[in-house]
Amino acid sequence: MSTTNYIGKPTSRVDGPAKVTGAATYAAEFHVPNMAYGWVVSSPIAKGRITKVHADEVLAIPGVLEVFSHENVPGLAWFDRNYKDDVAPGGSPFRPLHEDKIKFNQQPIALVVAETLELARYASSVLRIDYEEEAHETDIEAKRDEGFEPGRGKSGWMPPPPPRGNPDKAWEEAEHHIEHEYVHGAQHHNPMEMYGATVEWRGDKKLTVYDKTQGVVNVQNYLTKIFGLSKDDCRVINQYMGGGFGSGLRPQYSVFLAVLASLELKRSVRVTLTRQQMFSFGHRPHTLQYVKLGTNPDGTLAAIQHHALHETSQFEEYTENVVNWSGMLYQCENVKLGYQLAKLDVFTPQDMRAPGAATGSFALEVAMDEMAAAAGIDPIDFRIRNYAEEDQNAGKPFSSKRLRDCYHQGAAKFGWEKRNPQPRSMRKGNRLVGYGMAGGVWDATQKKAAAKATLTADGKLQVSSATADIGTGTYTIMTQIAAETLGLPLEAVTFKLGDTDMPEAPVQGGSWTAASVGSAVKSVCEAIGEKLLKLAQKMEGSPLKGASPDEVEFVNGQIRLSNNPNEAVVIRDVLQASGETRLETDTSATPNLLKQATHSMHSHNAVFVEVEVDEEFGTVHVTRVLNAVAAGRILNPKTARSQVLGSIVWGISMALMEETIMDHQFGRYMNHNYSEYHIPVQADINDIEVLFVEEEDDVVNPLGVKGVGEIGLLGVAAAITNAVYHATGKRVRDLPIYLDKLL
Amino acid sequence: MIQQSSTSAAQAGGVAAPPPTGTVRLTINGQQHTLQIAPWTTLLDALREYVHLTGTKKGCDHGQCGACTVLVNGKRINSCLSLAVMHEDHDITTIEGLGSQENLHPLQQAFIDHDAFQCGYCTPGQICSAQGLINEGRAHTEEEIKEHMSGNLCRCGAYAGILNAVKEVVDAKSSEPRR
Amino acid sequence: MNPFTYSSATAVEDAVRDNASHEGAAYIGGGTNILDLMKENVARPTHLVGLNKLPLTAIEPTPEGGLRLGALATNADTAWNEEVKRRYPLLNQAILAGASPQLRNMATNGGNLMQRTRCYYFYDTATPCNKREPGSGCGAIGGFNRIHAILGASEQCIATHPSDMCIALAALAATVRVSGPNGERTIPFEDFHRLPGNTPERDNNLEPGELITGLDLPAKGFEKNFSYLKLRDRNSYAFALVSVAAALELDGDTIKDARLALGGVAHKPWRDQEAENLLKGQPATPETFARAAAKVVESAKGYGSNNFKIELARRAIVRALKQAAEGSQHASDVFLNSNP
Repeated sequence: MSTTNYIGKPTSRVDGPAKVTGAATYAAEFHVPNMAYGWVVSSPIAKGRITKVHADEVLAIPGVLEVFSHENVPGLAWFDRNYKDDVAPGGSPFRPLHEDKIKFNQQPIALVVAETLELARYASSVLRIDYEEEAHETDIEAKRDEGFEPGRGKSGWMPPPPPRGNPDKAWEEAEHHIEHEYVHGAQHHNPMEMYGATVEWRGDKKLTVYDKTQGVVNVQNYLTKIFGLSKDDCRVINQYMGGGFGSGLRPQYSVFLAVLASLELKRSVRVTLTRQQMFSFGHRPHTLQYVKLGTNPDGTLAAIQHHALHETSQFEEYTENVVNWSGMLYQCENVKLGYQLAKLDVFTPQDMRAPGAATGSFALEVAMDEMAAAAGIDPIDFRIRNYAEEDQNAGKPFSSKRLRDCYHQGAAKFGWEKRNPQPRSMRKGNRLVGYGMAGGVWDATQKKAAAKATLTADGKLQVSSATADIGTGTYTIMTQIAAETLGLPLEAVTFKLGDTDMPEAPVQGGSWTAASVGSAVKSVCEAIGEKLLKLAQKMEGSPLKGASPDEVEFVNGQIRLSNNPNEAVVIRDVLQASGETRLETDTSATPNLLKQATHSMHSHNAVFVEVEVDEEFGTVHVTRVLNAVAAGRILNPKTARSQVLGSIVWGISMALMEETIMDHQFGRYMNHNYSEYHIPVQADINDIEVLFVEEEDDVVNPLGVKGVGEIGLLGVAAAITNAVYHATGKRVRDLPIYLDKLL
Repeated sequence: MIQQSSTSAAQAGGVAAPPPTGTVRLTINGQQHTLQIAPWTTLLDALREYVHLTGTKKGCDHGQCGACTVLVNGKRINSCLSLAVMHEDHDITTIEGLGSQENLHPLQQAFIDHDAFQCGYCTPGQICSAQGLINEGRAHTEEEIKEHMSGNLCRCGAYAGILNAVKEVVDAKSSEPRR
Repeated sequence: MNPFTYSSATAVEDAVRDNASHEGAAYIGGGTNILDLMKENVARPTHLVGLNKLPLTAIEPTPEGGLRLGALATNADTAWNEEVKRRYPLLNQAILAGASPQLRNMATNGGNLMQRTRCYYFYDTATPCNKREPGSGCGAIGGFNRIHAILGASEQCIATHPSDMCIALAALAATVRVSGPNGERTIPFEDFHRLPGNTPERDNNLEPGELITGLDLPAKGFEKNFSYLKLRDRNSYAFALVSVAAALELDGDTIKDARLALGGVAHKPWRDQEAENLLKGQPATPETFARAAAKVVESAKGYGSNNFKIELARRAIVRALKQAAEGSQHASDVFLNSNP
């Protein structure tokens, strides 16, 4: 028997058919008439001044329409605040084509607009620009002693809590102690779709902007403030996004330049970046971390000290929570956490999947493995001995925390008991075999979000919100929530997103979309439900007369009495009987701060990895990964599993392959392409699996969902590093683990 | 340190005018298209910007990701590293030619069933590549399929689903009676 | 990409003539490398001569008992050719170790020889490169040179040749057939590519306007005892850090004949005949292999981030020779020995 209970079911993606047939249209694919093409010219130097742009030479080429640079860009908004997008860090935002100064390599310094894509590309390649070059500094190693504590960071950033206990003395006096530095280089998000925007000129300074972004509202706010447009005249749309991972939280310069050109030329313009230019903006910052751990004779942690230093630009103070996790993942009375930035001649870093936590958990969880080995304790046992029952940073209980079950269930399913604790003790032919584990913690956040619902007389429901689906499954889970809330078949529900004409939603990030937009969708559908109930009660002989909303349920296209399901009316009949052609409402859902203030809300995971390492060549093969995740209610195990599987691939990538390599001679990233910036291919991925640990939580939000976009990444790189140590006896503390580090 | 530098691009040969466009006839998904394009238009740009078949994706434009994979006379190629003018006599099949939302190709259905994508941007290239793999008939085992699908990057990391989807269709093909 | 005109040739003479009649012309076969370089503004031809209609796609026996590979046969068709698989399985495996199925379907045999280095600095016009712009300097020396040469490099250039196929061709001692304004000639494979010296801008010894028409494989294919071993930063679709083509002819446990060539280590496919001589007449033992390996890396020099390649190459040679002696590698439709 069919039922309209969809939440928790492995529904296939509702946007699947569009995506597999090529019908899903991405930002740089909208066909608008009379469109010109812009091509971005990037700085070949890291620091200096532009002395001359020889625009006249390329303007002589038939078909070239304009060369935009600081020399001719008209007066735009003056104040920094106009350029600050909704998720900008502290400091002074970069303004494209604003001045002659070059502040980072690959800085956009001109936009060439022409009648065709090919012509714009060619003209940009012959545009001569003269520079005065200045000495640059791009090496964080040179700034080790110049770290500073950031002022007010971006929203969501928390300075590390003050020290507790006596961390120095406790470390000195500990039975066993370790101290090591852990490093990873810069990493770039590199979503498959390159940034781009198609700006449709609708006449009289009215624009429709198709932009690749994780937040259409953020882009609209940014553009209207800079270009002095009204929101009505600047509609921003993004229905499909070819991957984001954080790179699309802030508006990219591609949309700024496309809008600039469109307004100046009074015609439609498309600007798409190249893959090389995908390395010209935010990235996970190159980070140096120092961890000191000490243990007591009983295997409990005596002290935790964790310090991080990472790069930021000269103009903004990018912040992420790197070290705070180390004060809350394990029980410890003596904790000291430090966090500093250093300014380099690079672009501002940018949140990249599990920002801060991916970095911090790598250092902490490798250090925990080293500490367990030094103390002669099994790594899982060591973590359980130091299990945190409450968040000591905040001094609050967790709203829910099933991490212990992640350890136990994961270890059992993985076969951890087959591990011989001795390094280099397991092998398979030429290959050394190693098991490693690690874990992590991530925030469960709900933001204010709004949604609108329209139910029409044919029984079809349309729900919308200006959120995004960057591959996370938003379309699908919102459809499930709406259908279940109103008891309608999935096919009768359409969810739309990514349009500033829709009710406002936050940028898609922080794993908060399911909780935030999901709550709004649930709420707006309940509001429709109440309207329906009122209409139903007006029907002649209605069995629902006098029933309160709490006494009815919406199932299988009917409204029925919860305590007597036979007493029901068909939803479609209600609308027809009422004579209404449509019911429409919008609402917003806000977090229940009163309820949440007393709790610390987080998702957790434990990752188990098997590697095989060729003894002579140091080539690492990740043969098995099991990721046990406790993230509240899983709305759709199919799409949620895919997110965690994707995170595992990201973790393998972070551990073994990814690094954007800066040549400090030129202050330039040299492997700025998909050929030399390696991410895994199909042949790198073996047996990877996800285990969702059941977890109920009625504090986080009405749906009990914590989000799964980021938690899965935590601990993966550390578990691989730990497994490599177990296989080879070699401890690598700087990622990625290239084969030469094991030779 | 102060020094004068300059882009060198224009210094070599000066600024040249673009070549005149010419007529290029392409057969795409069984349909004839007559385009006025220059010889320097790649097959990928011809499909996306001139024929408006945007199912074929641009992920790198340098043959390093496979998102632009199309079938030319049944063989999979990277359309970004090929000029449109080189394909006048060829039969070009894009994702739009494999199936439609109303009438999905078995690979398209398998990709949905196995959740073999997230953002969907690499997906058309993955599916065209898988069709090329099937046409080649050389990959049967999981290990072989993995190697033969390694020319298509997926940044979302949907490789497990992709493998299962392709394997399912490859297995179904090999169990069909030979004709 | 700069503007250019295009013509398609149907006969070799026409192609050569067309090329000669345009200043700054270049040939285009599969296009997988030249179009990439044109998009990076590294190659800027004014005219392209399309080769794909030339009748050079056949793979057929030579009168000398070898096999002739048409210059326009694709890498995929060559790898999977039944005669190649049966007689030259080393070539089959080397081709399948490179690039991706899509690229192998496009790339031609002639083009494989003509592909240019993957050096980051060569590809990036914002940095100096003596190969791209003679006299501008070398960014890689003193820069990031993990993928660069350890053998035969110069103070001008430490770039490597990126091919896998060519490493097998070097080991098999192929001959390159070319046609040009001054007629036809053949070039032994070892003499085809150059070391950088003071002219790193020249990758090979082709004269201006010359066109590769075919590759002749000698009769001897080492079909029983061979190995193509490739070490790289991921399991597929990546260039070699170090690759080794090893081929042995055994008489019992004694090595009668040996071939040894390396990829990813030099400006050209690096065949070492002195090391081969150390193998010939010797027992096929780890000690013998180690002596040959030591010989190959004797003159190797690291430039910082590629220092590890010296030891890696030494170990890879030993492993490849061992695999060859065991006869454990076979021709296949797929290169599954990816990263050991």
